[in-house]
Amino acid sequence: MGYAIEGSTGTWEVVVGLEVHAQVISNAKLFSGSATAFGAEPNSQVSFVDAAFPGMLPVINRECVRQAVRTGLGLNAHINVVSHFDRKNYFYPDLPSGYQISQYEHPVVGAGVVEVQLADGSTKQIGVTRLHLEQDAGKSLHDQHPTKSFIDLNRAGVALMEIVSEPDIRSPEEAGAYVRKLRSILRYLGTCDGNMEEGSMRADVNVSVRKHGEPYRTRCEIKNVNSVRFVMLAVEAEAQRQIEVWESGGTVQQETRLFDSARGITRPMRSKEDAHDYRYFPDPDLLPLVLDEAWIEELRLALPELPDARQARFMREYGLTAYDAGVLIAEKETAAFFETVAKGRDAKIAANWVTGDFFAALNRTGGSIENPPVSAENLGKLLDLIADNTINGRIAKDVFEAMLGTGKDPASIVDEKGLRQVTDTSAIDAAVAKIVAANQDKVAEYKSGKDKLFGFFVGQTMKAMAGKGNPTLINEALKKALS
Amino acid sequence: MSQLTDLTIVQARDGLRAKDFTAEDLTLAHLSAIEALNPRLNAFITVSHSQALDQARAADKALAAGEQLALTGIPLAIKDLFCTAGVRTTAGSKILEPFVPPYESSVTANLLRDGAVFLGKANLDEFAMGSSNMTSAYGPVENPWKRRQDANAVLVPGGSSGGSAAAVAARLAMGATGTDTGGSIRQPASFCGLVGVKPSYGRCSRWGVVAFASSLDHPGPFARTVRDGAILLGSMAGHDPKDSTSADVPVPDYEAACARGVKGLRIGVPAEYRSDDMPGEIEALWRQGLDWLRAAGAEIVDVSLPHTKYGLATYYIVAPAEASSNLARYDGVRFGSRRDGEDLRDLYERTRAEGFGPEVRRRIMIGTYVLSAGYYDAYYLRAQKIRALILKDFTDVFAHVDALLTPTAPSAAFAQGENMDDPIKMYLNDVFTVPANLAGVPAISVPAGLDANGLPLGLQVIGKVFDEETVFAVAAEVERAAGFTALPSIRAGG
Repeated sequence: MGYAIEGSTGTWEVVVGLEVHAQVISNAKLFSGSATAFGAEPNSQVSFVDAAFPGMLPVINRECVRQAVRTGLGLNAHINVVSHFDRKNYFYPDLPSGYQISQYEHPVVGAGVVEVQLADGSTKQIGVTRLHLEQDAGKSLHDQHPTKSFIDLNRAGVALMEIVSEPDIRSPEEAGAYVRKLRSILRYLGTCDGNMEEGSMRADVNVSVRKHGEPYRTRCEIKNVNSVRFVMLAVEAEAQRQIEVWESGGTVQQETRLFDSARGITRPMRSKEDAHDYRYFPDPDLLPLVLDEAWIEELRLALPELPDARQARFMREYGLTAYDAGVLIAEKETAAFFETVAKGRDAKIAANWVTGDFFAALNRTGGSIENPPVSAENLGKLLDLIADNTINGRIAKDVFEAMLGTGKDPASIVDEKGLRQVTDTSAIDAAVAKIVAANQDKVAEYKSGKDKLFGFFVGQTMKAMAGKGNPTLINEALKKALS
Repeated sequence: MSQLTDLTIVQARDGLRAKDFTAEDLTLAHLSAIEALNPRLNAFITVSHSQALDQARAADKALAAGEQLALTGIPLAIKDLFCTAGVRTTAGSKILEPFVPPYESSVTANLLRDGAVFLGKANLDEFAMGSSNMTSAYGPVENPWKRRQDANAVLVPGGSSGGSAAAVAARLAMGATGTDTGGSIRQPASFCGLVGVKPSYGRCSRWGVVAFASSLDHPGPFARTVRDGAILLGSMAGHDPKDSTSADVPVPDYEAACARGVKGLRIGVPAEYRSDDMPGEIEALWRQGLDWLRAAGAEIVDVSLPHTKYGLATYYIVAPAEASSNLARYDGVRFGSRRDGEDLRDLYERTRAEGFGPEVRRRIMIGTYVLSAGYYDAYYLRAQKIRALILKDFTDVFAHVDALLTPTAPSAAFAQGENMDDPIKMYLNDVFTVPANLAGVPAISVPAGLDANGLPLGLQVIGKVFDEETVFAVAAEVERAAGFTALPSIRAGG
């Protein structure tokens, strides 16, 4: 039995559908030649088209269409050879033309599917209803002046893909997994940078609740949720709220809400009187978008390896578990890092080091995979030093710590600090003899059957050798000395 | 030799080449005509005196160097709907009163490329919405023609390109640009005794032209002869990658097409353009036009455009719908006039209530209504379906005939104040012109005769899409046969 919420009148199921807005990676805007870089001086990337000056006309940017089609292919979706652009009309100062150009009835991409993996090891298919291209609006700044609002049109006209899911999601976990997976696919494709803090990816979350076996009840839309965690929290908070409404005899009203992350609740965004009539109609300034089938095939063939395929390959090629492979492929940069480390080495050890010590160091140092505290090449060399018995696993951890942020070659650290593993059996025999002689009482206890004490002798010997003894040889020497 | 302002573009071109006069002479003659007559006619909103002289002197320099392009030194009026770099562009509206575009529309850029001189910006109905030039925020335009019986009546030049038509008719300019959304070039051409050309949709770029109804707006020229109109269109036309609806098709030699004749052409007479309330003299002129063409070797064929009767209703849904959206950008936030308010909504309401005149407000409301939820299917969607049927009417007919001949407008020029009591009466002016806009096919109005009051009447030639050449050939034949030599009462040197 999946996720469920126990209410006072019984068990409730959550139904979630997501609309994810993903900013398309392209040098120019959807219908103008203006630049799209994030963080530029306000209003420095605005053309007369973006500012909707009289007589200005939109011209579709081929690159944005290419990216949308590639995304559709990456979502295993149907590509519509003919699609249309419509105007969505409403007044707001950051919408210069008074309408957003979007695709209403005929989107460029039709039905597709995203497979997510859940914590219990199961997988689930989440249907994608459609993907369409549309313009982003500018930004209103209300906190720059006591009585005025400022407008920054840099973002106005930037291409967005709106990716709409089917209401197939049944838990906060599935919602989070879907957004994470979608983000991963977009980043693999290079069609969206997935940066939720900068707003280049944001989600509208549609939530309703129902008793098992019922048809759908009324849903509410939580707008502009900007992190995976908030998506999950928003689903939970909204489901709880709706259950309380239903169980107290009320009726959930269809409305738009916002997630208040500070208080962990959702609240209404606009009242019904303000409900917009967007007066959609086909944009007469644009012809239907007609795609060439051969071009779509070309794009399909040139798609990079995507997360699912890479995970399968990691399991097959490197013998990794589904879980480890899943962790390593989530970010394509991590996957590439791992592959560099694992190349020509024991992949399982490489995976352990990357997901273990390396991830821990990444968290601790606040570094990023693009700019890691230890390069993949150097981590690989460290694994080589373990493999050829230059150092043991214990010492390797110290060497790794010494490598952090220094860019140093592990071999030179081993040499500098004299950490080379001792494999000279006479030195090991001497150390063992000393420990045995100094601990005659323990030797007697061991011989009388207290086997666990063997570990004590290993530790003492290793300590005496400053950690550099070869563990296998120490074991052998101790077994001989204690028999 | 007649005075400079009476020359056709063809004559002026030859005169400039022969060094009979300079481009500066030509421009100065027009500027002084404007100075003398514009206070009365109000054909220009803005006269760009010094810019015109600069352009004329540059033309003289080019001519001296032996470089004569299609329009070198030819002075033109530009409808104040075309954005002109550095020259105020108002669209006939208060809301754009302070607007000076930093860019040049593609069509006017093409004219400048070919050496034209811009005298100034011609008056028009506000945002090109009107058939009389009475809705301009810059005052009405007087038609230079007078009724024989009632010479005191001030007649309208038609609309929306009324200033362009009055300027060319009164010899204040040798030609002009206009835009035709439902007849806004052809109806004023008919009212002012001029040639008015609405080319195929996509033939002239809309980039930099203030939009009224995007799918219906057609830039085109006014001229005093068919051949001059052909020269102007040849310069204005051409593919423009900045307008997605611009057609990537070659521009043929329209001037040459004027001399083709009509021998062997099949000319259709659409039954649906006949009505019992059509004035007898218009009916007679139409029949006369058909006789001329028959005499010149054309075959006259009765045809049917069965959905014509829905044209006007369809137009007055589609055009306001697009306009209601196109005009949303005039919100006082970034350019043009602004009236500050208590809050954002108040700013919008005051800016737009004060900036737009009553006809524009009416059309924005009609357009908003027909697009709104619950009405869209009944109005906009249905209008689009009928539009497709109207296009099919033309496609079907043009499988059998080469061009159509019809009257341009249901009447000659009317007086200011007439037809003003009921917007529907005014809209009826477009009944013969609107179908060509809905179908995107080319059409020309050519002066063919006078009514009993001595006012000009035009005939309309409609052709196949992108076949302006045949339209020019037929129009030139009507022009030749009509021998239209009447002159307006108010004109330079008149």
